[in-house]
Amino acid sequence: MGENLLEIKNLSVEYHTDDAVVYAVNNISFEVKKGESIGLVGETGAGKTTIAKSVLGILPQLQAKIKSGEIYFEGNDLLKLSEKEMQKIRGNKIAMIFQDPMTALNPIETVGFQIAEAIKRHNKIKRQEARERAEDMLEMVGIPGERYRDYPHEFSGGMKQRVVIAMALACNPELLLADEPTTALDVTIQAQVLDMMRNLRQKLNTSVVLITHDFGVVADFCDSVAVTYAGEIVERGSVDRIFNNPKHPYTQGLFESIPRLDSNENRLKPIKGLMPDPTHLPEGCRFAERCPYATEECTAAPPEAYEIEPGHFVKCFKVKEGEK
Amino acid sequence: MLRYIIKRVLLLIPTLIGISLLVLLLIDLTPGDPARMMLGASATEEQVEELREELGLNDGFFVRWWRFISGVFQGDFGTSLMTKRPVLDEMLFRFRYTLILVIFGTVFSVLLGIPIGIYAATHQRTWKDNAAIFLSLIAVSMPSFWFALLIIRFFGVQLQWLPISGVDTWTGWIMPCAAMALGLIALIARQMRSDMLEVLRQDYITTARSKGLSNRTVVYRHALKNAVIPVIMVIGGVFGSSLGGSLITEVIFSIPGLGQYIMTGLNNRDYPVIQSGILIIATLFAVIILIVDVIFALVDPRIRSQYTRRNKREGGKKNEKEEETVKAA
Repeated sequence: MGENLLEIKNLSVEYHTDDAVVYAVNNISFEVKKGESIGLVGETGAGKTTIAKSVLGILPQLQAKIKSGEIYFEGNDLLKLSEKEMQKIRGNKIAMIFQDPMTALNPIETVGFQIAEAIKRHNKIKRQEARERAEDMLEMVGIPGERYRDYPHEFSGGMKQRVVIAMALACNPELLLADEPTTALDVTIQAQVLDMMRNLRQKLNTSVVLITHDFGVVADFCDSVAVTYAGEIVERGSVDRIFNNPKHPYTQGLFESIPRLDSNENRLKPIKGLMPDPTHLPEGCRFAERCPYATEECTAAPPEAYEIEPGHFVKCFKVKEGEK
Repeated sequence: MLRYIIKRVLLLIPTLIGISLLVLLLIDLTPGDPARMMLGASATEEQVEELREELGLNDGFFVRWWRFISGVFQGDFGTSLMTKRPVLDEMLFRFRYTLILVIFGTVFSVLLGIPIGIYAATHQRTWKDNAAIFLSLIAVSMPSFWFALLIIRFFGVQLQWLPISGVDTWTGWIMPCAAMALGLIALIARQMRSDMLEVLRQDYITTARSKGLSNRTVVYRHALKNAVIPVIMVIGGVFGSSLGGSLITEVIFSIPGLGQYIMTGLNNRDYPVIQSGILIIATLFAVIILIVDVIFALVDPRIRSQYTRRNKREGGKKNEKEEETVKAA
């Protein structure tokens, strides 16, 4: 895997509501190489979806503000492109799969139209040709091409998610942002959808940013992981490193909270406390309040990201001191 | 779908029979006597009684009802007690005026209301949106007779551009239709705006944007078609209720419409006029609601499939073919 396809530098995003400012994403940096698949893991509200929407430039215009940062895609800063230029990239070079297949499709258009529309938008081809390619896409995700003329309500949840995936892949994107693509699905369907995405990835060599809160899915699908907490990436590295040698107390806590089948423990081991209120983030380390190793240093100022081994970044003072 | 329409049309019959019974009952409960009104205060009790007998007013409830309803099915809506002219002829003559007023008033308000609503929604939280909301609030709150008087004063009296009353020329229609439309424009614009804002928040709009579609396509192709469905409902209701509620406009601009006719009939206790007038307006309203429901089904495949599924269960493939011919048409 060679050069960086996507490079996010110091991205910060805020949501302005009537009575508060929500600090959704704070100074996040990471990169995705060509063909790489990275898992963005974290709790609900950690800012994962906001990151993906920033890349695609589809944040809600009225509330969301990108405070700082650069998002380089194939060398260009997406944040500096005009809306027109972004439209050429959206759905073409970067595509997104949405979390809830039930609401992600327009209920009054046929699924075929919704796929063909994306194809026609980015390719100079005739309507009939777009239609044929949309039918091929449906076949590729395991839906008979004849169902082109059916409406979303005539599909089950898993089938709808396949349609959403077909739509995202319709123009062979270089980068796929998959926002919890399997969360709304049954476990059996989850496996099918992941298998399908894996096959497609091999076929098309697409890079994937997989947003999830499920470590199982990450282990199954990704090359590297970024663990997000309160709008920050607290730890980042290859799947091997993170799973075998998690360094950040939050990552460790997450792994410990996964119940093991081979132990006699009767109780779950959650991380105590709650994620800080994103409208009032603590000044020091965001995790200090819940961290079993927190010291005064932690609450005074936020730690930087330390590269403890090539490619393995941890945002924690403990690591710097070489303890634990 | 065709089957559904036929079923709905057949359902109109019991509805209308019910309405006719209700109208007759209300007339019976209303004080006042047409015979007394016709003869005046100086007539004796015997003369009044004689006329009542002659007009058939003393017959039983169901006898009168049957006379009315059987007449209706033969195309005879009775004769006005006051003018002695057939009610149907008079209605048809006056109906044209009301229909022109209501159709142009509604078309006008749709043509303005929908774009204003879309504009306000797509410029949310800017001064443009606020201005649109503010103006529509004024328009909704303003009584239509007052607005009518204002425009008569300005365009009719001061500038003398338009005739102040009567509809002998087409220019005479402009002010009545505008007066009729004002409140409706605002009503439709507000409905359109709120539905549009609701739809623009939906996930599938984000999906559409994520495909790289232009704002235009997102708003007009994906959002509008979804947002317009509840607006169609409002338009249908507005159209139906204006048919019976055009009275004020008709009086102000001296238009010989249906509203005036029924109002006069009510004042004179002219029973055939009241009965037939209400029956006709009720029928039209029912037909409009039917049309709205059919439009719903055409726009929204989820509603359409409810009918199709029922058809499949009942009639199998034959009905599906019917469906397709309907769709193709």
